[in-house]
Amino acid sequence: MNKIKLIISREYLTRVKKKSFIVMTILGPVLFAAMMIVPAWLASMKDTDVKNIAVIDNSGIFINKIADTDYIKFEYLENKKLEELKANFSELDYYAVLQILPSITHEPSAVRLYSKKQPSFSVKSHIANAMEKELKNKKLRSHGIDEEVLKSIKSDVSIRTIQWTDDGEEKESSTEIAMVVGYASGFLIYFFIFMFGAQVMRGVIEEKTSRIVEIIISSARPFQLMMGKIVGIALVGLTQFLLWILLTFIIITGVKTVFFPESGTQNAQEIVVQDLLEQQNIPQVETIEPQNMDKFTSMLNSAKSMNFGLIFGSFIFFFLGGYLLYGSLFAAIGSAVDNETDTQQFMLPITIPLILGIFVMMNVVQNPESSVAFWFSIIPFTSPIVMMVRIPFGVPYWELALSMGLLVLTFIGSTWFAGKIYRTGILMYGKKVNYKELWKWLRYKS
Amino acid sequence: MELLKAQNIEKKFVNHLALDDVNVSIPENSIYGLLGPNGAGKTTLIRIINRITAPDKGEILLKGRPLQPEDVNIIGYLPEERGLYKKMKVGEQALYLARLKGLSKRDALKRLKYWFGKFEMEAWWDKKVEELSKGMAQKVQFVTTILHEPELLIFDEPFSGFDPINANMLKQEIIDLKKKGATIIFSTHNMASVEELCDHITLINQSRNILEGHIDDIRKKYKSNIYEISFNGEVEKLEKSLNQYYEIIDKTKVDGHSAVRIKLLHQTNENELLSLIIPAVEIISFKELIPSMNDIFIKVVNEYKN
Repeated sequence: MNKIKLIISREYLTRVKKKSFIVMTILGPVLFAAMMIVPAWLASMKDTDVKNIAVIDNSGIFINKIADTDYIKFEYLENKKLEELKANFSELDYYAVLQILPSITHEPSAVRLYSKKQPSFSVKSHIANAMEKELKNKKLRSHGIDEEVLKSIKSDVSIRTIQWTDDGEEKESSTEIAMVVGYASGFLIYFFIFMFGAQVMRGVIEEKTSRIVEIIISSARPFQLMMGKIVGIALVGLTQFLLWILLTFIIITGVKTVFFPESGTQNAQEIVVQDLLEQQNIPQVETIEPQNMDKFTSMLNSAKSMNFGLIFGSFIFFFLGGYLLYGSLFAAIGSAVDNETDTQQFMLPITIPLILGIFVMMNVVQNPESSVAFWFSIIPFTSPIVMMVRIPFGVPYWELALSMGLLVLTFIGSTWFAGKIYRTGILMYGKKVNYKELWKWLRYKS
Repeated sequence: MELLKAQNIEKKFVNHLALDDVNVSIPENSIYGLLGPNGAGKTTLIRIINRITAPDKGEILLKGRPLQPEDVNIIGYLPEERGLYKKMKVGEQALYLARLKGLSKRDALKRLKYWFGKFEMEAWWDKKVEELSKGMAQKVQFVTTILHEPELLIFDEPFSGFDPINANMLKQEIIDLKKKGATIIFSTHNMASVEELCDHITLINQSRNILEGHIDDIRKKYKSNIYEISFNGEVEKLEKSLNQYYEIIDKTKVDGHSAVRIKLLHQTNENELLSLIIPAVEIISFKELIPSMNDIFIKVVNEYKN
């Protein structure tokens, strides 16, 4: 037992002390934070130059109808000719000249915007929107529909979802947040299994090619070496993951208090949720403008009503379970080959269920109650990914227990299986190994 | 009293029998040579003693009782294919390997300090193994092998990769270890070092051990009753003095005197031979030719083939 502890601590410490680990640990949260902060920052950045635009409205429809904004001001010039303005443009303090031709009522392209520099997109779209709206209103009025009616036609539907729990409580829920949380945890588990599983494999290959393995297993049992490596790397993964979460929150909170002090009541968590939602492009939620604030707060409420304890707990469980299941298989592959290029043929059986899990996950997000969702969240090879997608939507406890139990049994089985291949494989050199060979190794006496 | 005994060991791999009914008994505080051609099964036997692999049949007894898992702590093993973690620092690594053998951190550090001082390796402590030369890494590995003061040491080709100065230092260390009470299993193809170091040997050939015993006994057993005599005088005179119980194998002239090799056939001995030739020639030297381990090795292996 003492030996396995020593092995675990070596595997852990040598990796945690590596430069690449430290760089990844710091860079990861910076990137995450940047992904969340930069869009928000960009959105908050506005062009602060005041742009004056001269308007020559030959149609006479739009006079004083295009609204000024904080930074775009319109000046309606009634008796000026375009040529005059063009000749004196550099002396005049205009950003651009807008000319509207009389034919605008039946010809949409009868508008010209003259300027020295290419006008910005926001200016162009502001003018186009205002004009479209004005033309529409004018046409509607000409058909006898008045503005009050128009306003009442505009409708906006937002559905609040409420879950009834078994004991009769009502819980406000959010499909969107459930989707985001499910997706994020599914992907994270997939990503971690691959990333740290591959580290296990590389570690085994390194020990084998450097020939240190014979010395180690003359001091400790092969199984201790294998498990020590797998557990040590799992701890590295957990450390990195927790540091990422911690650092991301610190960075986001820090940046927020420095750059967005006005939204002081919002905490960092809300900003993260908000930014996540923005990035997922969930249609109903746009930027936090006053009219959307209600919807947003109700969403936050429902986010708070989610069982984060359960989600976090199951995440750690499925993360570890999935990793242990695949990690031991990665170790077995590493032991069977002499270098990394030979791993291809054995990688396929590991990659396929994982990728299948990701595909099923996409489907399950749309329909978390389907039978596909059920079976793939029970079968141990895909359950770590698929079950995590279902949990935010609510899963019966017996299904969760079944899935977890099967996962534990399978990883015990796979570790046993991997251990048998491992202890033979690490001492085999210069032999092209195939599946038949592996089968023989399984039947060797220990 | 033997420290370690291997009884009827059999080990089978997929397509061949690596060890077939091998019996070895290693006396306490001896240097035991494990000889044999490549692929004879030496490494497999060593791995079984180290509990790296298990035999299909037979058992290993340590001090008369079956070998236990925790016994690996009293064994020190230097495999033929040396290896260390390339990216790990020398000191850290030596400490880790020592602790894996059951030493406490404090003891390990104290002993490492002593050995690193003795072998003048202090400057390597914070270097990565990949920065060391092959010979330097070998030295580090040797230190980690003996650091826990094992009762049983197993060296598989220990001198390969060492320059003559370091090889000599190593040889001296091995002799010292024996003096301190360790038992040493020594697997090698270098017969000169076998003659120099080993007390006992066993020869494994084609999965079986075909020769075992004290090195002097074995050499006596294979002696061929040939004597080399150098003398001043005429060869013909010497030839005439011999009777039918003696056979001259060859005649040479060296540095102005003659030399012959004579085989004693039967019903005779050295004294009779001397009494016959003393009147004939002036004898300079007379010595029995005892076969070298190299000759015995080749002879036994070839005989076994036929």
